[in-house]
Amino acid sequence: MIEMRLKLRYPGFALDVDLQLPGRGVTALYGQSGSGKTTCLRCVAGLERAEHGFIQVNDEIWQDSENKVFVAPHKRALGYVFQEASLFPHLSVLANLEFGLKRIPKPQRRVDMAHATELLGISHLLDRHPQHLSGGERQRVGIARALLTSPKLLLMDEPLAALDAQRKREILPYLQRLHDELEIPVLYVSHSQDEVARLADHIVLLSNGKALASGPIGQTLARLDLPLAMGDDAGVVIEGHVSAYDADYQLLSLQLPDTALNIRVPHTPLDAGQALRCKVQARDVSLSLHGAGQSSILNRLPVTVVSEMNADNAAHVLIRLDAAGTPLLARITRYSRDQLNVHPGQQLWAQIKAVAVLA
Amino acid sequence: MSLSSADYSAIWLTLKLASLTTVILLIVGTPIALWLARTGSWLRGPVGAIVALPLVLPPTVIGFYLLLALGPHGLIGQLSQSLGLGTLTFSFAGLVIGSVLYSMPFVVQPLQNAFSAIGTRPLEVAATLRANPWDTFFSVTLPLARPGVITATILGFAHTVGEFGVVLMIGGNIPEKTRVVSVQIYDHVEAMEYAQAHWLAGAMLVFSFAVLLALYSSRKTKAGWS
Amino acid sequence: MIIRASRFASACLASLVAVFAFGSAQADEVQVAVAANFTAPIQAIAADFEKDTGHKLVTSFGATGQFYTQIKNGAPFEVLLSADDSTPQKLEAEGETIKGSRFTYAVGTLALWSAKEGYVDAKGDVLKKNEYQHLSIANPKAAPYGLAATQVLAKEGLSDKVKDKIVEGQNITQAYQFVSTGNAELGFVALSQIYKDGKITSGSAWIVPASLHDPIKQDAVILNKGMDNPAAKALVDYLKGPKAAAVIKSYGYEI
Repeated sequence: MIEMRLKLRYPGFALDVDLQLPGRGVTALYGQSGSGKTTCLRCVAGLERAEHGFIQVNDEIWQDSENKVFVAPHKRALGYVFQEASLFPHLSVLANLEFGLKRIPKPQRRVDMAHATELLGISHLLDRHPQHLSGGERQRVGIARALLTSPKLLLMDEPLAALDAQRKREILPYLQRLHDELEIPVLYVSHSQDEVARLADHIVLLSNGKALASGPIGQTLARLDLPLAMGDDAGVVIEGHVSAYDADYQLLSLQLPDTALNIRVPHTPLDAGQALRCKVQARDVSLSLHGAGQSSILNRLPVTVVSEMNADNAAHVLIRLDAAGTPLLARITRYSRDQLNVHPGQQLWAQIKAVAVLA
Repeated sequence: MSLSSADYSAIWLTLKLASLTTVILLIVGTPIALWLARTGSWLRGPVGAIVALPLVLPPTVIGFYLLLALGPHGLIGQLSQSLGLGTLTFSFAGLVIGSVLYSMPFVVQPLQNAFSAIGTRPLEVAATLRANPWDTFFSVTLPLARPGVITATILGFAHTVGEFGVVLMIGGNIPEKTRVVSVQIYDHVEAMEYAQAHWLAGAMLVFSFAVLLALYSSRKTKAGWS
Repeated sequence: MIIRASRFASACLASLVAVFAFGSAQADEVQVAVAANFTAPIQAIAADFEKDTGHKLVTSFGATGQFYTQIKNGAPFEVLLSADDSTPQKLEAEGETIKGSRFTYAVGTLALWSAKEGYVDAKGDVLKKNEYQHLSIANPKAAPYGLAATQVLAKEGLSDKVKDKIVEGQNITQAYQFVSTGNAELGFVALSQIYKDGKITSGSAWIVPASLHDPIKQDAVILNKGMDNPAAKALVDYLKGPKAAAVIKSYGYEI
């Protein structure tokens, strides 16, 4: 488990968080600029020092201000990926990669050069110098360099923020592979809901230096009481398994967790049983009193209404639904709500117009 | 060639003085430059101004106060006497002290600029890659500051070679100890030995030009930070 | 009426100009190069000179050798008060001076001086005892007092013995500075630097007998640039006069 209690004050900004985060998987620190997410990360790394701080990563205590304990950054078993790669310009790519590796005693090395370069697809770049790499390539080298310190915790500070859309698309698969293949826990700072949706298992929502929520991704994104639900791309993340594939119509069937409910989505064929994450936006979910009926909408699920909340404009409301354990959000007009008399406990049908498969 | 053996020993003495001064300044000036580049303390202004003083003070002023300080009633003089070294005026050691003070800004300022241009990011990166502060200095800071170090070395050396006012005040014009090239030229002129003066001065001119040419031609464009 | 007014105005203007141009005939300036050892005396003389003649002295102090080079290269000096007699002779031979203007304005006396009271005895035996670390003299190649110092050392048979202890000041002023700051325990300076009205002003000294060195005849001369300057001639005349002589003697020079 990762435990962090931080109190820090700068002119015009104050950070005050008390978090217990899972010791494995990817935890996203999500919020707008100025919310304190990068400051949190830097405190965990020891690059900044909270006046009152307690940081424990699994079995290691990195800071305990009450007992005057502060482990210097270079003594912490972490890897850090900065927003702009920050490769050493006076060293080649290979020398950059070896920088951290060389400073780990051999017995402690668990990630080797071949593995890291293959994982990030940079084996062909080793002789080059950072000035001759594209932004995406530099970032991949930066990630590999951090991995090669065989860290117990990987910290990533908005690694995709400085890249254009194309480069982002290029790197995301590598990050997802990281997530799938490595056992190293990751703290991932981002202001992009899309990235978070794709990568995070656990999300911390930060605003003005305080943590508004901390929980598993599926549950937390669906919470109506959070600003998360306010945005235009409010929605839920569903972790399902591939249950079937219709080769004729090229439709993939995804089974929802712990239930026999399925949703279908156009996709290339995948093996049955494979885990798949997908996102369903609130604005793509509509409600109907009847399940049967001819419609071009592919997915209709029986749901129970859980709660309701005002949307970010006066004409709409947000409805939280439960589909046999899987939360869903629907954004409908107040008019429709009144027409259908939507109320908690009501049994309805949710019609899902679009499902976005996240890799 | 019209250079006498006295001229040659003056040249040799000058090169010894400049080399020793430069080495001392690189060693002493680096921590000062690092501190000036990185500190947030209010002392930064005053210390920086003190380091820069030799830029604006006439060398004869520096030399005069050194004469007092090195003498038997001065701070340095009393220290050196208590260590059994006597007074350091009229000695090579005294010239080294004078040159170190006089050329300090020429070494510290390029170093300071180079260190400050590096910024804090590379240092943070190095720390996250397990490098302790000493390690970071030698494997990251110094290589990135290389152009600044070269500039500091060349400027410190060349500036000491050209030193005159300070040496005049505290040297005593002793052959092979304190009679450096600049004083030797001055002596030739005073004694109306113009041919000698021309030769020696010409040699210094060629030397200085070569040094500056090397400096300005070899400056690489700053490596970008990516 | 208008014509008369403008004529009146021009007449006023003309007389104003005349007053400024010729009024200064009463107060000329003369640029004088003065040997460093004569600094104190000339400053005393300048005040009287201005009171008695109305002319002003603009003085530069320094080493005689340096003045020679500067004069040869067009420096604006009009009168030279040298520390020796050979430099004015040289300038005269090279046509840089007004013929017949050269004369000896003072004969210098050498003194062995220490800033410490009681360090130098009245007979100068401390020199032979050789217990000091640094003996300051002026650069013999450039300053006559320095040359005289080496002559004294040779006469006393000390040249080789004290060779390693000698430190040279670029001029007599610097030689004095080395001793006054204590960096050299003693040194050969001009008597005028440490003497006034019959007494040594500070420290201790041995007044070196003139027999131990060639006389330090200090000659003055009017340079070409001072040819048409009445103040230059006035200065030279004044220096030969009784008032100046009294001042000069009070500083330990002979006439």
